Amino acid sequence: MATAAHRAARTHTDGRAGEAALETAYKMAFDAAVAADERIEPRDWMPDAYHATLVRQIAQHAHSEIIGMQPEANWITRAPSLRRKAILMAKVQDEAGHGLYLYSAAETLGTSREELLDKLHSGRQKYSSIFNYPTLTWADVGAIGWLVDGAAITNQVPLCRCSYGPYARAMVRICKEESFHQRQGYELLLALSRGTPEQHDMAQDAVNRWWWPSLMMFGPPDDESRHSAQSMAWKIKRHSNDELRQRFVDICVPQAESLGLTLPDPELRWNEERGHHDFGPIDWDEFQQVLKGNGPCNEQRINQRRRAHEEGAWVREAAAAYAAKHSEEAGAERV
Amino acid sequence: MTNTDWPLWEVFVRSRRGLSHTHAGSLHAPDAEFALRNARDLYTRRGEGVSIWVVPSAAITASSPDEKDPFFEPAADKPYRHPTFYEIPEGVQHL
Repeated sequence: MATAAHRAARTHTDGRAGEAALETAYKMAFDAAVAADERIEPRDWMPDAYHATLVRQIAQHAHSEIIGMQPEANWITRAPSLRRKAILMAKVQDEAGHGLYLYSAAETLGTSREELLDKLHSGRQKYSSIFNYPTLTWADVGAIGWLVDGAAITNQVPLCRCSYGPYARAMVRICKEESFHQRQGYELLLALSRGTPEQHDMAQDAVNRWWWPSLMMFGPPDDESRHSAQSMAWKIKRHSNDELRQRFVDICVPQAESLGLTLPDPELRWNEERGHHDFGPIDWDEFQQVLKGNGPCNEQRINQRRRAHEEGAWVREAAAAYAAKHSEEAGAERV
Repeated sequence: MTNTDWPLWEVFVRSRRGLSHTHAGSLHAPDAEFALRNARDLYTRRGEGVSIWVVPSAAITASSPDEKDPFFEPAADKPYRHPTFYEIPEGVQHL
């Protein structure tokens, strides 16, 4: 991306040599800032590929937040108590908020909100595959909070130190709020686990279904991850996919024990030598299938998103018309 | 008509009395009143503020990051503006 100043400088320097020298100087300044752990801010010069990576990642992250509202909103009307219903509504509202923080961060890179939504609706930008799985029972709301939000937190905490300032700041805000999401999910599962045998089974079933997709949320193994090395060099990413996945597994094992639930992996065991838990192989074919659009809910999620956007058009239009009318009136009064 | 017709606003939140308003982030809204309401819903869901300012982003004039050095340079060579510049004999108090 060329900043305004960069473009202006181009027109003032004579010929290509000047331009190349300027470009080199900018790149050196960028590399030095990243190396010194400083933050890159919106109007700074940045390499085109850094810019493109950020737009892709922040957009995908924003889309995930708002698509992520759907599987849980599915249960608002059927929450078993007013307390649970209020909690779930607050959580789903938070997800909308997280989406908005992230869309704002993406917009600092020069993409418009409309363009981002357009790319989501037309499938040109992705959202996290995890939301293409269905929420079959009430216990799924708990499993999402504990495992899906737990995995998200593990991924997101290091992003608070991401080299791009607006993204890092959005992540700080989001991480503060995610902690409530995870704890309400854990508490919900605990209530079920300690409830009737049927409730316990329901909780176990939800954990069984969400465990593996949650591990997939960290992305492909390091040796197959296309963007990882470059993102780590740019300090957008601070830890590798496998490293974060391992951290998450180690955190979850004792938490599952306290819940009185098991994790659906016969190969899961403590490895004294490594100081970590070993775990079984992940079904990456399934991951690829869901990514390609063949998951259980891909079509449903995107159709619902499009419908919500279209059906909300009249609200946006009415608000704009109201604002236009009032600014006219204010203008008339001034005259 | 779409979202892009709604201008961008910068949101400043005073977290409690006695502190200044601090930049919290930005949002889209059709007018100032909506911007305030959206800002309340977006940035103060957990009692983070007692007062909000919203400012159209287009109304903000910013110094250019590329001018950083020359623009702020006048302050760089004036260490005598800092109290630590001055040497005071040991034992002198309240200074």
